[in-house]
Amino acid sequence: MTLATQPVTEIERSYWQRNQQTLAPWLFLMPAILFFAVYVIYPVFQSFNLSLYEWDGLGQAEYVGLRNYEDLYWEYVDRDSFYVSLKNNLIWLVLYLLAIPAGLFIALFLNQTVTGIRLYKSLFFFPFVISQVVVGLVFTWFYDPAFGILNVVLGWFGAGPVNILGSEGTVTYGIILAGLWPQTAYCMILYLTGLNAVNPEQIEAGRLDGAKGWRMLWHVVLPQLRPATFIAFVVTIIGALRSFDLISVMTSGGPFGSSKVLAYYMFEVSLSEYGFRMGYGAAIAVVLFAIMMIFITYFLWSMYREEKR
Amino acid sequence: MFPTPLDKRPPSARVTYQAFLPLALIAWLLPLLAVAIFSIKPGADFTNANYWGVPSSFNFIENYGQVFFNSDMPKYLLNSFLITIPTVIGAVALSAMAGFALGVYKFKANIWLFFMFVAGNFVPFQILMVPVRDLTLDLGLYNTKTGLVLFHVAFQTGFCTLFMRNFIKALPYELIEAARVEGISEIRIFWYVVLPLMKPALAALAVLIFTFIWNDYFWAVVLTQGPDSQPVTAGITAFNSEFRAMYHMMSAGSIVAALPPVAMFFLMQKHFIAGLTLGAVK
Amino acid sequence: MTSLKTTLAAALAGATMLAGTAFADGHAKLTGDLKIFSDMSNPAPRAVMEGMVARFGEMHPDLNIELTVIDREAYKTQIRNFLTADAPDVANWYAANRMRPYVDAGLFEDISDVWDEQMSTELASTKGAMTLDGKQWGVPYTYYQWGVYYRKDIYEELGLSEPSNWDEFKANCQAVIDSGKKCFTLGSKFLWTAAGWFDYLNMRTNGYDFHAALTNGEIEWTDDRVKATFANWRELLDMGAFIDDHTAYSWQESLPFMTNGDAAAILKGNFAVAPLREAGLDDSKLDFHQFPAINPDVALAEDAPTDTFHIPANASNKDNAKAFLKFVVSAENQTMINAGDALGQLPVNNKSSVDEDKFLLEGFEMLSSNSPGGVAQFFDRDAPAEMAKVAMEGFQEFMVKPDDIDRILGKLERARGRIYK
Repeated sequence: MTLATQPVTEIERSYWQRNQQTLAPWLFLMPAILFFAVYVIYPVFQSFNLSLYEWDGLGQAEYVGLRNYEDLYWEYVDRDSFYVSLKNNLIWLVLYLLAIPAGLFIALFLNQTVTGIRLYKSLFFFPFVISQVVVGLVFTWFYDPAFGILNVVLGWFGAGPVNILGSEGTVTYGIILAGLWPQTAYCMILYLTGLNAVNPEQIEAGRLDGAKGWRMLWHVVLPQLRPATFIAFVVTIIGALRSFDLISVMTSGGPFGSSKVLAYYMFEVSLSEYGFRMGYGAAIAVVLFAIMMIFITYFLWSMYREEKR
Repeated sequence: MFPTPLDKRPPSARVTYQAFLPLALIAWLLPLLAVAIFSIKPGADFTNANYWGVPSSFNFIENYGQVFFNSDMPKYLLNSFLITIPTVIGAVALSAMAGFALGVYKFKANIWLFFMFVAGNFVPFQILMVPVRDLTLDLGLYNTKTGLVLFHVAFQTGFCTLFMRNFIKALPYELIEAARVEGISEIRIFWYVVLPLMKPALAALAVLIFTFIWNDYFWAVVLTQGPDSQPVTAGITAFNSEFRAMYHMMSAGSIVAALPPVAMFFLMQKHFIAGLTLGAVK
Repeated sequence: MTSLKTTLAAALAGATMLAGTAFADGHAKLTGDLKIFSDMSNPAPRAVMEGMVARFGEMHPDLNIELTVIDREAYKTQIRNFLTADAPDVANWYAANRMRPYVDAGLFEDISDVWDEQMSTELASTKGAMTLDGKQWGVPYTYYQWGVYYRKDIYEELGLSEPSNWDEFKANCQAVIDSGKKCFTLGSKFLWTAAGWFDYLNMRTNGYDFHAALTNGEIEWTDDRVKATFANWRELLDMGAFIDDHTAYSWQESLPFMTNGDAAAILKGNFAVAPLREAGLDDSKLDFHQFPAINPDVALAEDAPTDTFHIPANASNKDNAKAFLKFVVSAENQTMINAGDALGQLPVNNKSSVDEDKFLLEGFEMLSSNSPGGVAQFFDRDAPAEMAKVAMEGFQEFMVKPDDIDRILGKLERARGRIYK
């Protein structure tokens, strides 16, 4: 029977049926690849190309080779906007990571079972759901030297008033603090879920060994929270390098440009009220991309290791 | 459990904890509470610098009435929905298919395509700004909701594919094998076997993307203008006009703009948190 | 917002009147479409814009007018997009160098033909600001004076009078400081407010022609004359003339210092009058004086920014657009839209009448008879956009760190070398 029917089915099976194992993945991938290539991959290369031109976005583009990068270099040397932006980006990168321990701290604080704790957890998570535009607005008022509640509180202790967003020494820290608010909430929720999955037997074993408090946290709990820490690290780094909304809403890069970061400076020189330098903006974006690439590579590499295991 | 549960501690600790909890919450949400108070004050309080004093009148209805009936806010809100919902559907659909392909089939380019999506997802999106703006202009989609939706779908596909692929990878592969032995076509396997199993991931992703897109500000500024197409995040700044700073209106507007994702979060909390943390605890 | 309806009603009433007078002379009724993008998003200007459209529509019932009002700040970045992609028939913008990028890119229509002889005489005072390369690229619809708005009651209490020279200006300020107040409120967060100070100090120190040459890139920022301007500014800074923390405020946020009486004056355009009045400063408490002379050898010159309408080169209904522009600058319309209860600014048409408002009359008087040196647009309208940005950041930085003047001017000079080619 089988011998008789086999050749027949071989013929009857269409091209699609014979090859569907190889064709199907491409069929499924096609729309996503198409969209992604047109809107993400290709524009990245276009930006690389554009960074070699001088273009005001209206008229004809003029090829200038590496001159935009040369200008950036001189801005760096002269301590102009590019230097300030780069420096601020580093500050953002380092300080934004505070969201991770802060999130862990709040998660530990909330990891209890009392009545209403679920509601508390959601309310603590609240800031993450709110648009950064609103967060920025809220914190601008919070810091306002004339009426901000920060200065009202400082006044009770006879201190202040401080002009957080109006002084070049404090403005970046003020904005980062505003950014840490939702970011900490994000890390908190990652850790809360992570803590749920912590193996109770290992905790008990640790207790029997006399581990308590910090030692327990460091040697028993944290190693088990590694996946959560990894994700928190990734999202925080990316959040720090992308920071734009808060700066745009809170200070527009001021005072006198001292709170700019690359992402904002790039927008400012190419599309803002006074910006007409598309090529220059693209060159800044390329620099930002290069910095991000360090982290992307690290992330992909660790994923690759994971896959190989 | 860590830290030590309260019921294993002295009762005093429990009381202290429960007393401290609401205080900590108020401190944590203080900036938001301030906006809520601002939103019910009359405008005159701000020109007279009465910021934190007792509101000179209770203007809840006036202020929110203005927002809903005498401003473009309802238009912006509607735009936000018309941008967010198609994006969610599009991004989830594309990435479910892509995730299926990358999670189930073994072929040479698999890992590299996957990395392309992951890397693209982490690209600083400012590098896309000028080319995407020009592309949108060329397509005649500048200042349309469609233009914004197309871009959002494309960009979110990166993150969503990462998410979906990891989820599908964790599904029991035997199910698919069994279906193949039955002679079911690959398309039907996706539709009838895998998709039903992906429901939790679809829901989680949908809620998450909804929040991301709703809160987008950058692309709204770059690709749209005016109340015909701009979403509510960009619309809030329209309240702020050159000739007047209307704190009470901005507060009320901000609260209205923030509400939908907040409502979404509270209604779909389980899915939301599952979505955020799926990668973290696999 | 409640006033919007009444204004609109008044505007409609005016429309019937207008249709009966100026346009009864056989003007062809327009048909088709007219698409207008406007940045007049603040409540009063918005009502004016809507009123104008309503009246124009009344005159041409078969014309389908579509008005889109865009947030004034957002408009500044969006104009370049819609001029290329989705051009309306009429668009708002600003005069002088602010229109240069769009003129150079061929995105504004040359409308020299609209500027016929009658219009050129009636709008003589602003024609120069609308002219680039010998052609006219738009029409003005309003302008306003800048100057010192001060608390009359505080000045009287301290026995001060309006200063007529720099020494009196400083002496007044010292008296105000001695009474425990600040001389000037200022919100420099958005930079251009500080540029107002620079403009006046510079035009009083070096004159209008110097201002024009400087914004045109012909003079080094490290020039001694520029340094003289900053030295005069420094005198005010060293006295402590300005409120603290001005970098944190927008100009609107800086007004409460004046209404509270913590600061005695503000250097600002006439648009500040409306919010100050609304906050309770009536004419017995608020007054205006011209910025006094610093260098007696320099003729007085003023900032009087002009706001404008243009026709994009990609517009599809240019004839309708031109008719609308003519309507905008007509004497009747100018009187109406610049009245105290509308825009509260100065009409551009010399056949129009200035509203019986203390500040408008004083401003009109100042600009027409006491500004022999010339009338400037404003720093960020006379200088190219990029230079304006860098320079205004420098002004703000100087106000905070006056000791760094040489470094700041070095930065500006480098920018000048790059921007003007």
